Amino acid sequence: MKEQKRSLLRNNAVQSLMASLLCILIGLLVGYVVLLLINPAGASEAIVTIVKNFMTYSRRNAQLKYLGSTLVKTAPLLMCSLSVLFAYKVGLFNIGAAGQYVVGAGASLYCALAWNMPWYVCLLAAIVAGAALGAVSGLLKAYCNVNEVISCIMLNWISLYMVNTLLTQVKEETSPYTLTLSSTNPGALLPALPSFCMSWFNNNQYVTIAIPLSVLVAVAIWVLLEKTKLGYELKATGCNKFAAKYCGMRENKNLILTMAIAGALAGMGAAMLFLTGFEQWQCTQSSVPGMGFNGIAAAFLGGLNPLGSILSSYFIQHITNGGAYVDKTMYSAQISDFISALIIYLCGFVLFFKFALNNWLNRWDEKKAAKAAESEEKGGKAE
Amino acid sequence: MEQTYAIEMLNITKRFPGIVANDNITLQLKKGEIHALLGENGAGKSTLMSVLFGLYRPEEGVIKKDGQVVEIKDPNDANALGIGMVHQHFKLVECFTVLDNIIMGVEPCKHGFLQKAEAREKVMALSEKYGLHVDPDALVEDITVGMQQRTEILKMLYRDNEILIFDEPTAVLTPQEIEELMQIMRNLAAEGKSILFISHKLNEIMAVADRCSVLRKGKYIGTVDIKDTTREELSRMMVGRDVEFVVHKEPARPGKTILEVEDMTVASKSHSNNAVKNVSFNVRAGEIVCIAGIDGNGQTELVYGLTGLEPLKGGKITLEGQDITRAPIRKRNTMGVSHIPEDRHKHGLVLDYTLEDNMVLQRYFEPEFVSKAGFLKRKAIRDYAERLIGQYDVRSGQGPVTIARSMSGGNQQKAIVAREIDKDPELLIAVQPTRGLDVGAIEYIHKQIVAQRDAGKGVLLVSLELDEVMALSDRILVMYEGEIVGELDPKTTTVEELGLYMAGAKREGA
Repeated sequence: MKEQKRSLLRNNAVQSLMASLLCILIGLLVGYVVLLLINPAGASEAIVTIVKNFMTYSRRNAQLKYLGSTLVKTAPLLMCSLSVLFAYKVGLFNIGAAGQYVVGAGASLYCALAWNMPWYVCLLAAIVAGAALGAVSGLLKAYCNVNEVISCIMLNWISLYMVNTLLTQVKEETSPYTLTLSSTNPGALLPALPSFCMSWFNNNQYVTIAIPLSVLVAVAIWVLLEKTKLGYELKATGCNKFAAKYCGMRENKNLILTMAIAGALAGMGAAMLFLTGFEQWQCTQSSVPGMGFNGIAAAFLGGLNPLGSILSSYFIQHITNGGAYVDKTMYSAQISDFISALIIYLCGFVLFFKFALNNWLNRWDEKKAAKAAESEEKGGKAE
Repeated sequence: MEQTYAIEMLNITKRFPGIVANDNITLQLKKGEIHALLGENGAGKSTLMSVLFGLYRPEEGVIKKDGQVVEIKDPNDANALGIGMVHQHFKLVECFTVLDNIIMGVEPCKHGFLQKAEAREKVMALSEKYGLHVDPDALVEDITVGMQQRTEILKMLYRDNEILIFDEPTAVLTPQEIEELMQIMRNLAAEGKSILFISHKLNEIMAVADRCSVLRKGKYIGTVDIKDTTREELSRMMVGRDVEFVVHKEPARPGKTILEVEDMTVASKSHSNNAVKNVSFNVRAGEIVCIAGIDGNGQTELVYGLTGLEPLKGGKITLEGQDITRAPIRKRNTMGVSHIPEDRHKHGLVLDYTLEDNMVLQRYFEPEFVSKAGFLKRKAIRDYAERLIGQYDVRSGQGPVTIARSMSGGNQQKAIVAREIDKDPELLIAVQPTRGLDVGAIEYIHKQIVAQRDAGKGVLLVSLELDEVMALSDRILVMYEGEIVGELDPKTTTVEELGLYMAGAKREGA
């Protein structure tokens, strides 16, 4: 029984989960302290509000509706975190998920609004656009040895302004926002879930197939990485590119393919948000949307496991949404971002906590082994 | 009586989860003696040294210095007690001078200014006293490996260390340099330094040591006086059975040409000269051709060129009549080239993968291991790995699912040898296949290589170990500064003659 318990603690997934929970706890605690410093009167209430998110509504219907809204934004976040973790498994840091997300949004909205395409074409366009942008970074890395982080960051800005320019052609006359899909091209809206599912979310109109689709993609990525020849090759390239070359894998091809897949995931994520009609693109925005960057945090908080990403993405979105309900008379509007940023920042420590936990386990085992040997010796002497 | 021991490690026991790395080991080092520590890979030598250096705390046992119990909590404590070590891989700053390297960490200072003249005097005096010839102003990157090693020794002496540990010091030296080192060690011992000499080369232990302690599988087997023992007895103590030193092989019966290399030139990564210059040779079926030479004379690049890891600058490679000069690596591998790489961590293994995944590194794409849809056949991979593990006696903590990183070096090497030989190659390129292995494993790998030859494969062996070169090869090609300077017949040549070719003092046709 004890043996089993030990091996459970040694289990990678269990360790990731524990480390992630610890990060969350510390993040909330530090956040609470900061709230106390700013305004002690409302701190407890504020932190509870953030954690409760949609549960702050007293009516069940409202709760369900806003659970739906949280999930709507979880889907793209999950896709971005998959994009980051997929590249990471192959030894690449895809900080360009943000840019790939932007071109995904641009491509899907332009197809929907300018060319009146149906939703599946728009979704495909987003995937292709993201993949193309990812492939650019991959190509630069493979053939010119340009660090992917540098090229990704620059491409993030290039894509933002390109998409702003492009989508200005389909924006509302009086506002900087793109036209709404529902008024211009309802066919581009992602199909809703079957009606019995919709009732779970109090018929929140933005709840679409994007949500189950993103979970399916997470499972698919897990299968790809763990079960297939391609995953074996890509991970080998990431772990040791020299060994990969030695056994004849084509590392350059693998690099480009990885970045293209990562880009496709982020691009698809953008379509999963903008094709619900939940948000419109603001053509004057001058900063790259945070979704791609939050994807990095979600990937690490999820222990770099596609299935873990599902939970971590939901959690991050949960507290981000929850932050919106904090009493604005006591705290400035940015406080919610601040708290979630704290937790996201601490997500980086997941690997550190895992390392510490393993060290602790090793020491514990050593002590136990020593004790066991001692008692054995005593037993032997007694005989 | 106890006063005569410089350092004593008494009844040391160190456990790791699932394994007892040191089981009640006692090591007593007399003042002024050369004491060899002999053991196979994984016998616990490194663990014992780590305990001595305070990197691990033993569960049981005490360490005594000059009869006094001491506690060594970290390497600083070890230094303070006068314990110094020359590591197998030197720890020198390449772009510093010899003198700077020696004084690094203990620089003599006055008012914050370096007092190099003072340091130089002390270093020169030490170098004089022990016959350690170095040029104090030369950059480390410019000097020979032998001089780098002398620099390391001076580093220990400069710190007034009394107990000197040499970890496999001869692995990188030529026969002449080894003889020199032996003399230096004798001088040091004569001056009252106590030397712990870690090795598994029995000849060297017989030549230089006074006493020898043997470890096997974490257990202390015994300590013997060298003058009362034989090489055979030592190896029996180490391995637990009789070991054959002579590789039994029939005379070679070379058949058709497997590999033909013409005017091969490979550029160097580190300097503008070519690393391999217009080299031509061939390997026939059923023979072992050995490339001998001191490390860094182009052997690495030669193999990179043959296996496709580096492009050729010129020349032509033909494998069984097919031109493979520009063939990609995978093509060469599937055409029958097996490659036991020089650096098992860099090229040979994906260290974060499991043993089973490493076992199929050259074959994972074959239908046996992957379905048409691209899914790995986990069961087939497990079965295959288990067969190789059993057949080649690869030992690891958790069998096929052991992470390669956690395995001992010898077993990592065995895994690579198993993988490459089981591929049933036409040409086996083995680079330093027994580096860092114990006699038991060396014997085994040598047998495998000879078996490959007898099965009609061509074998190209690159080795820095002269014993290995002499024992295995049917033809010896000596490389010096990127060129083949001689072709020798192991039956008619001597180690001394080989050494002269390797050092560039002699060449064919000159």
